[in-house]
Amino acid sequence: MSDTPHVTGASPRARRPARRRRRAADNGLAYGFLTPAISCFALFSWYPLVRGVILSFQQVNFVSDPEWVGFANFSAIFHDPLFWTAWWNTVKFTGIALAFGYVVPFFLAVVVNEMRHLKGYFRVAVYLPVMLPPLVVVLLWQYFYDPGNGLFNTVLRGLHLPESQWTQSPRMAMVSLVLVSTWANMGTATIMYLAALQNIPGELYEAAELEGANVWQRLWYVTIPHMRFILAVLLMLQIVATMQVFIEPFQLTGTTNPDTITVMVLIYRYAFTVNHDFGMAAAMSVLLFVVLGAFSMAYIRLISREGTRA
Amino acid sequence: MNRGTFGKIAVSGLVAFAATIVALVTGCSKEKAAASESAATTITVNALPPETETFLRQQFLDDVKAFEAKNPGIKIDAREGKMDPRTFTTKLAGGQLEDVFYVYFTDPANLIAKKQVAEITPYLKDFPSVAQIRPELMKVFSADGKVYGLPSTNYSMGLLYNRTLFTKAGLDPSNPPKTWPEVRAAAKKIAALGDGVVGYGDYSKSNTGGWHFTAELYSIGGDIAVKDGETWKAAFNDDKGKQVLQQLKEMRWTDNSMGQRQFLEWADLLQMMASGKLGMYIATSDNIPVMVSQFKGNYDDYGLAAMPGGKATLAGGEGFMFNAKATPEKIKAGLKWLLFKYDNPERFDEQQKQEATAKRPVGLPEPALWVGDAAKKYAAAVTAHANLPAANYAPFNASSNQVQLKLEPPLAQQIYAVLDTAMAKVLTDQNADIGALLADAEKQANAILATVK
Repeated sequence: MSDTPHVTGASPRARRPARRRRRAADNGLAYGFLTPAISCFALFSWYPLVRGVILSFQQVNFVSDPEWVGFANFSAIFHDPLFWTAWWNTVKFTGIALAFGYVVPFFLAVVVNEMRHLKGYFRVAVYLPVMLPPLVVVLLWQYFYDPGNGLFNTVLRGLHLPESQWTQSPRMAMVSLVLVSTWANMGTATIMYLAALQNIPGELYEAAELEGANVWQRLWYVTIPHMRFILAVLLMLQIVATMQVFIEPFQLTGTTNPDTITVMVLIYRYAFTVNHDFGMAAAMSVLLFVVLGAFSMAYIRLISREGTRA
Repeated sequence: MNRGTFGKIAVSGLVAFAATIVALVTGCSKEKAAASESAATTITVNALPPETETFLRQQFLDDVKAFEAKNPGIKIDAREGKMDPRTFTTKLAGGQLEDVFYVYFTDPANLIAKKQVAEITPYLKDFPSVAQIRPELMKVFSADGKVYGLPSTNYSMGLLYNRTLFTKAGLDPSNPPKTWPEVRAAAKKIAALGDGVVGYGDYSKSNTGGWHFTAELYSIGGDIAVKDGETWKAAFNDDKGKQVLQQLKEMRWTDNSMGQRQFLEWADLLQMMASGKLGMYIATSDNIPVMVSQFKGNYDDYGLAAMPGGKATLAGGEGFMFNAKATPEKIKAGLKWLLFKYDNPERFDEQQKQEATAKRPVGLPEPALWVGDAAKKYAAAVTAHANLPAANYAPFNASSNQVQLKLEPPLAQQIYAVLDTAMAKVLTDQNADIGALLADAEKQANAILATVK
């Protein structure tokens, strides 16, 4: 009880500045080395972010001073008939992309992991598309999808099967875009799943086998529980990434097709094609940022919870 | 190494980093100071042709040399590139926009409304030849009686067709379609040739779909936007607008004469026509030399007819405007340059001769940029040096005086982008609801037109 702040308060207070000075001196070196990196981050990441938020409340022409317009930009985008179309398309794209891009790589990883031979070859083969620049991927698929002389329709024609309009039919357009995106990005998820799979102790499978568990039971009771964390992380990361889809709809169907216009394409349309209004584009970006921010927060919480558990 | 040495290194690093930043900043300002001390007025101008266009680039550079010799106080800093809406604002914001820059007729209204260009009215009194430029074209660069730029070329649209395919399909290349039902019938016959041949082609991407919709609507007497008191309103959501889309829908899905591949943009139809796979599309005459030079086409294959429907034809063009931040000296120098290089009645004959000598096309059918004496001088220069098969353009020339020239609507590129959607849908979805598409486009177009003063 003699240690109450009331009695001994003067003494730690007197010691504090000295400790703080020492701590500052300890960290000075680190701060020194960090400064260039922090300056670059501030200039190229944080400043544009803040500027983007400011811009969403302004009307700019880049000649005279920006004009504050309050929520006018937000009101304008809420009144745009394409606003909800773009959000719905984005959610649809994300949903279909997860169905393909989240589940398929998992099974691919499980299969590759089970292989006795050529495991290395398949690992490389699955990852190869990731190394292609996105524009090359899209141009390649543009050729596949071309309804006139494209590869897919040529094959279908050869097999006497009905041809498809691929990106040009309202029914197929979104699925066609998801296929491109999944094909291009599947490798990363597969490699991550593979890494997680290899961390599962082999004895668990042996024990399960001794208990008489079949392939599906081993997958359900051993593999999936052990991959719970990586599955959750990849889900979050994929949601954040797929909601920002741009190059596939932009390049394959342009900024005009209401069947495939996504939030990012609409932002581009606001800034560069229809409205030439950077304020509206910034307002839409802020909304997207808020939505993605929520997912990112969930992701960070997940990581930190898992970190504490470990 | 002890902590003190580390500290010294870190501090030195920081000082060096800061010094680099300071040096960069002061370096820039020194450069600016040096520029302002120079006696000559240097202006940056764009539209310098790329190195691949050897003749045009050399011609441009020769013109720069000749101009600088004639105007010793002015230096021209020529840059490649033309108006690209995707980079325009970024260039403007970053201080990279040229003092004198190229625009399409569809750009000025928006740039003037946003106060992103400089007014040039006070300087025009020193340049009397401007009075001979067609007043309708000067209107494109004006608002509220103030002038902001000058036109350099203009065009009107017609029906571009492949004479060879016409003959193969049993059609008379000297008597091309004059109405839209005739276009539809001819397209069917051409598509029946098979082997991937498309009867009639149309755009639906990168604003070109809306551009063609506008031209087709004008041709049957419709309109895109009309002034209602002080404000503009969309006018395409009516029977005429529906008629345009309905005909395209039927040609695409009932007749199957427009091919399967859609989402086409500017170069696509040129390429298809040049490779002998396309019968007809609406275009400006300047597509013809591009098909020959870039896509290995042949002048004898192409004919140009008047716009089907014949009520009006879309006229547009190109010109130049001035950076809002340009000083009066730069604006004056820029005007001198434009009136030497592009809008110079004294050089008409010399320019056409140069073109003909270089075996470049002279005599393409296009509406005049000039009135009065200048117009006569221009016509005489073209006639004297023409080198194209004039008979192929006879159907266009014969009726060009009867078809009304109609300019593009305000904020045309933005409206075109909206109308691309309607074009894309009717050409890619056989269940497209034309009424709903036009109603949707009208709503968006009205929001855009509300910003026009």
